[in-house]
Amino acid sequence: MTRYVRRFSRTERVLHWANAVGFLTLLGSGLVLYLPSLAVLVGRRPLVKDVHFWSGIGWVALLALIPLVGDRRGILRTARELDRFDRDDARWLLGRRPAPQGRFNAGQKLNATITAAYTFLFFVSGMLLWLGERDTRFRFASTVVLHDGLMYAAVILLIGHLYLAVIHPTTRHALRGITVGTVSEDWARRHHGKWKPE
Amino acid sequence: MSDSTNTPTPSNTTLRVGRGVFLATALGGLTSLWWGRSAWSRVSALIGPVESLIPLVPQGGWRIYTVSGTLPGFDPASWRLELNGAVKTPASLDYRELLTLPKVEQVSTFHCVTGWTVHNVAWGGVRIKDVLAHVTPHADAHALRFVSAENPYDDYLTLEQASLGDVMLAYEMDGKPLAREHGAPLRLVIPDMYGYKNVKWLNRIELVPRESKGYWENLGYDQNAWVGRSNGYGTA
Repeated sequence: MTRYVRRFSRTERVLHWANAVGFLTLLGSGLVLYLPSLAVLVGRRPLVKDVHFWSGIGWVALLALIPLVGDRRGILRTARELDRFDRDDARWLLGRRPAPQGRFNAGQKLNATITAAYTFLFFVSGMLLWLGERDTRFRFASTVVLHDGLMYAAVILLIGHLYLAVIHPTTRHALRGITVGTVSEDWARRHHGKWKPE
Repeated sequence: MSDSTNTPTPSNTTLRVGRGVFLATALGGLTSLWWGRSAWSRVSALIGPVESLIPLVPQGGWRIYTVSGTLPGFDPASWRLELNGAVKTPASLDYRELLTLPKVEQVSTFHCVTGWTVHNVAWGGVRIKDVLAHVTPHADAHALRFVSAENPYDDYLTLEQASLGDVMLAYEMDGKPLAREHGAPLRLVIPDMYGYKNVKWLNRIELVPRESKGYWENLGYDQNAWVGRSNGYGTA
């Protein structure tokens, strides 16, 4: 019988899926605002603009609120895990093996960190676009380039993330961890050898 | 005496790399508010020839901005360009009549106030003076109000601005009749001013004594939208 170990807490999972739903809503509404073909197909630009703006506010508010009302200490511990890289992480990134990994491998640490930075930049550039439409002091010639460029970078990151989480045979078991919270002990030992599940 | 107990073994040494990556990404992104535009124009020049093959890239660099729920449609049989206001007798042109006026062509750059630019747009259309020749303005008419079929969009130019050499009413773009999303059948083109002055879906030109605030001016944008020296860019 397969034995399972807990990999993600409820707060971590809710945070992940709130981020996913928020990002996809923003991507969908943002593409309607950005691509002429979709803009013509959908129309209703003022409505789509409102949906995009308020989804952005809701997204960032949820990402801030979930750790506050959930397991705050657990999220801080996770942040520390994501922050720290050891020699095995460096070896892992360079493709050298063996390189036993903790609960997060070095790629996952980088993905989470860069995603967090992108979220910050999406929020800042989005607010600057909104404010700049109302007050020239907030207007920069490159705000729109930053916001659009982030979209491309985030979509590339998301495609890699989805490939590893849903398609790649040896890693897709991780999807179970972020949905129900547990992964098989055997898989954990093979992929995250240094992780000691509680 | 030995300090070996204080020396961490190599595999336990951790570096706080994550916060460094976060800060570098965030700072790189924030500084791109100053360098992003020139970098982007290099990238678009590079991908230009193959952009139609890349998903999620707006063709030609255009974005379609509208202020109402639907894009105005165009029926060649019923469309008219009304000319009225401070004139002796109001007049109007239908689409067929518009096409019989002397045709001009020009290639110019389109700048949006939000920071994107489309280079080398080939416009075909008519000069404003050839359209205004159909009416006799009153002596006190010094400006034009351009009214869009997209209610409530409008904007103004002084007669002096409207007579700049490369100002036109365009019914063709890049060799084809103006597409619906670009303002079919007729739009104003004034390359020296930001896009919000280049009124799309034009269906009325009103002669007025002086310019007033148009749609975006009422929301705080500059009356004279000179590229690079208005709306917070350069010195007005």
